[in-house]
Amino acid sequence: MEYIIIIISAIFVNNIVFAQFLGICPFLGVSNKLSTSVGMGGAVVFVMTLATIVTYLIYQFVLIPMGLGFLQTISYILVIAALVQMVEIILKKVSPSMYQALGIFLPLITTNCAVLGVAILVIQKDMNLLESVIFAVANSIGFTLALVIFAGIREHMELMGVPKGMRGIPIALVVAGLLSLAFMGFAGLV
Amino acid sequence: MQNFTKGFIKNNPVFTLLLGMCPTLGVTTSAINGLGMGLATTFVLVAANVVISLIKNIIPDKVRIPAFIVVIASFVTIVDLVMAGYAPALHEQLGLFIPLIVVNCIVLGRAEAFASKNNVFSSLIDGLGMGFGFAFALTLLGGIREILGSGAIFGFKFIPGDAILVFVLAPGAFIALGYLIALINKLRKA
Repeated sequence: MEYIIIIISAIFVNNIVFAQFLGICPFLGVSNKLSTSVGMGGAVVFVMTLATIVTYLIYQFVLIPMGLGFLQTISYILVIAALVQMVEIILKKVSPSMYQALGIFLPLITTNCAVLGVAILVIQKDMNLLESVIFAVANSIGFTLALVIFAGIREHMELMGVPKGMRGIPIALVVAGLLSLAFMGFAGLV
Repeated sequence: MQNFTKGFIKNNPVFTLLLGMCPTLGVTTSAINGLGMGLATTFVLVAANVVISLIKNIIPDKVRIPAFIVVIASFVTIVDLVMAGYAPALHEQLGLFIPLIVVNCIVLGRAEAFASKNNVFSSLIDGLGMGFGFAFALTLLGGIREILGSGAIFGFKFIPGDAILVFVLAPGAFIALGYLIALINKLRKA
């Protein structure tokens, strides 16, 4: 039951994009087309889950026993950067078709603050390993959901008569605001 | 001089380059929070720019990005700890977004595009200009949201009673920034 609450809360109530403002750069950057946004979402699910597991283990079994908790930020960003590189290399060898689909998004993920954000959040919230994994998966699904909905709307918006000054980013931000308003309707669900 | 002013208007990191959107949207519930975040980022930007331009000849070209990230992450940790010690209330408000300065594209972007190619003094000025431009944008957005959302500015309340609450909530961030960018685009063309 507790796990279901984590999942619903992370996907809908505290959506990582609309309520917590993490991962806005890729959210605005790669949401022009539905197909690319699905690819990016898939890559984020993969990397975020893996990164959260690895950083959690490093924090609990290396940093804390050695009294180096203050090195959290430095070690996390290096681990995530290395992990992304490694995933890229392994994926290229093992599954070229998957690499074709996700490859170009992988380097972008290092600077996706959602990945680092979730890794830090699970420590702040004192979650155990299983909860952390569920939290990471749910958040990345929430990110993908936000990205896909937004891309769908933006594809339609291409055909609309948007006032000249509002074209591009301004109207995209307003749309994101309205979506965020819609997601606020889930508040109180958990 | 030109290095200093370009970050303010012509190449303002938020309004023109659309970098660092996560903290821009996430912490600007009030002018004070925006200013605090802006100054924290400015410190990291200036310090990282100076150090990187000092050591640019020692770093091998192949590992320059990880090296930059380590430098940046060190300064972010310093800011995090200093703020937790001396301004705990602000630290509480900004929360997760302080460690996330590491993945703020502005900092790494300036390190790569400017500090790794220029001397110490111009890197310092560039960091100051970009940082103040970022702080200015955050304070402006924070001020607008605070005035509309709680009828106050810098904590000083001038409209009694409730205001348009949605502007201090998540959707208001997107909508306010969207219209602000549209307005700035308009002003720039005129």
